[in-house]
Amino acid sequence: MKTQKNKKIKSADVRGQKGESWLYSDVVKEHFFNPRNFMHYDEEKKFKFNATGRVGSPACGDEMVLWLKIDPKTEKIKDCRWRTFGCGSAIASTSVMSEMVKEKGGMKLDDALKITPNDIMKRLGGLPDRKIHCSVLGDKALQAAINDYFRQTKQHKRIITAGAKVIDKDLNITDHDIEEAVLEGAHTIEDVQKRLKVGVAKPEAKEAIEELIRFYWEKYFS
Amino acid sequence: MLPKPKKIKKIYLDHAATTPVDERVFSAMKPYFMKEFGNPSALYNLGRTAQTAVTEARKKIAGLLHALPENIIFTGSGSESDNLAILGVVKAHQHKGKHIVSLGIEHHAVLRPLEDLAKNGFAVTYVPVGKDGLVDVEAVVKAIRPETILVTIMYANNEMGAIQPIAEIGREILKYRKAHNTIYPFWHSDACQASEYLDLDVEKLHVDLMTLNGSKMYGPKGVGMLYLRRGVSIKPLILGGGQEKSRRAGTENVPAIVGLAKALELAQKDKAKESARLRELTAYFWKKIQEKIPDVRLNGPAIGESRLPNNLNVTFMNIEGEAMLLYLDEYGIMCSTGSACTSESLEPSHVLRAMGMPFEMAHGSLRFTFGHSNTRADIDYILKYLPAVVAQLREMSPMQSQKH
Ligand code: FES
Repeated sequence: MKTQKNKKIKSADVRGQKGESWLYSDVVKEHFFNPRNFMHYDEEKKFKFNATGRVGSPACGDEMVLWLKIDPKTEKIKDCRWRTFGCGSAIASTSVMSEMVKEKGGMKLDDALKITPNDIMKRLGGLPDRKIHCSVLGDKALQAAINDYFRQTKQHKRIITAGAKVIDKDLNITDHDIEEAVLEGAHTIEDVQKRLKVGVAKPEAKEAIEELIRFYWEKYFS
Repeated sequence: MLPKPKKIKKIYLDHAATTPVDERVFSAMKPYFMKEFGNPSALYNLGRTAQTAVTEARKKIAGLLHALPENIIFTGSGSESDNLAILGVVKAHQHKGKHIVSLGIEHHAVLRPLEDLAKNGFAVTYVPVGKDGLVDVEAVVKAIRPETILVTIMYANNEMGAIQPIAEIGREILKYRKAHNTIYPFWHSDACQASEYLDLDVEKLHVDLMTLNGSKMYGPKGVGMLYLRRGVSIKPLILGGGQEKSRRAGTENVPAIVGLAKALELAQKDKAKESARLRELTAYFWKKIQEKIPDVRLNGPAIGESRLPNNLNVTFMNIEGEAMLLYLDEYGIMCSTGSACTSESLEPSHVLRAMGMPFEMAHGSLRFTFGHSNTRADIDYILKYLPAVVAQLREMSPMQSQKH
């Protein structure tokens, strides 16, 4: 597992059905057992926020909500809270992300928007390949919440819309579909087809799909 | 935050995954590793001792199943037995028909070969099960066609403990054959989860083929068997020497076979008592869970005759199973989940899905399977921590119930 290079592994060992082991790094474990900044029941009414984002992962049905308190003058994230419905990696990823945006007096929105799943993963000391998609959820929730802030403050131009682009009209495959498939481990066009339960693509579409697979593969795995 | 235990107790509640080897089984096996290590096919004394051990084991098992020794084929696992049953029947009888009847909640050792056959010209009917995981006998019979060569249905389900009406289905198949004047379909049942608690008399169950294995009944891993009724022909999957009457080649795993026989003997002897004991434990556990934790559901049949006495499968709404599992592991509690997050394919348990359960509910399912070592004290220990684990994960979850 490339994500765990140079790591001394002393961690929870959870196995998949096919017997490969999932090793969680100490940092993942630490955050999972002591999650930072999640929204406690007694804070619900008290916590002052000015942006919120909710995202779901189609991969395994997980969901996340993020609340941000942004200083309008400095555009720094002063505080945040989250809630996540998901596995150990999802909880640890969210916790680590919440720490990243708050530390050193708070991250500027423009910098926060540059956080990638890879950054989250690095901080976590790596995630098993199968769990990479869990860290994407945090990244997406952050983007959604910041977009919400832009909308609230009428800065519509700054809203980042990563709208789905249809890549294959016949099979109705979008770039998002391909991204999800890659995150779930698809490496070839056949893998993607199997994931999406669709037939064989036309030659023109095939090339575009293959290119996107390479793109996302590089984005997340190298 | 979560309570810290003074002392962590190791509590194993995953007996449906595998069981430890029973002391008595282990002692029965021991001589055959180093001292009596001969190859049963050899003619000298050492080989004959091994041969005798295998023969005795075969006789013992045959007796327990109400079968004849030559009906017992030793294999390397429950999975191999399932494969041999399905593919062995197919290889020998496919010229008579290419249709098989089964259930969507079967073990993968049944489903994978069936999927493979479906790609190669076979039709497979998966008779739907109800919300409680039980199949209707009539629906099975209705699924039989003139070209059906095999019906394969598990005796008891590993995930949610549903016990299928195997004997009734067997009787109906007999009737069907008689009415249609045919020897088809053959009738196979995977009984791996049943051996500890249920009656395995093949005459009462009317099965033609039945799978058992060692690792679910306090016997060794790496050994299984297939009961094959006289007159039913199958083709072997493993070719080589003439072992097992040329139905499964390979030097007999003598210690494991001896262990399998011993384990089955012990299991069948104690089944009534152990079933009653475990049913009481699971009923107690379920009652306490309901008392202490809101928004929980029992998955599978109600606790009683149609449910394995050692199985409790519960959904804790709005939270995810892997997270629960990892927290519980910190307290020494070992169980399993049907959540998508723990599966290779990121899809939730096929069993829970086949019962019509929505994704989110499968997500929050935990399976506790009890066994010999478990006591009421274990449950009381778990109940000290489980409610806190659930509460903490629920507080972290964006899917909130009305009341908290
Ligand atoms: S949230 Fe489902 S696998 Fe991580």
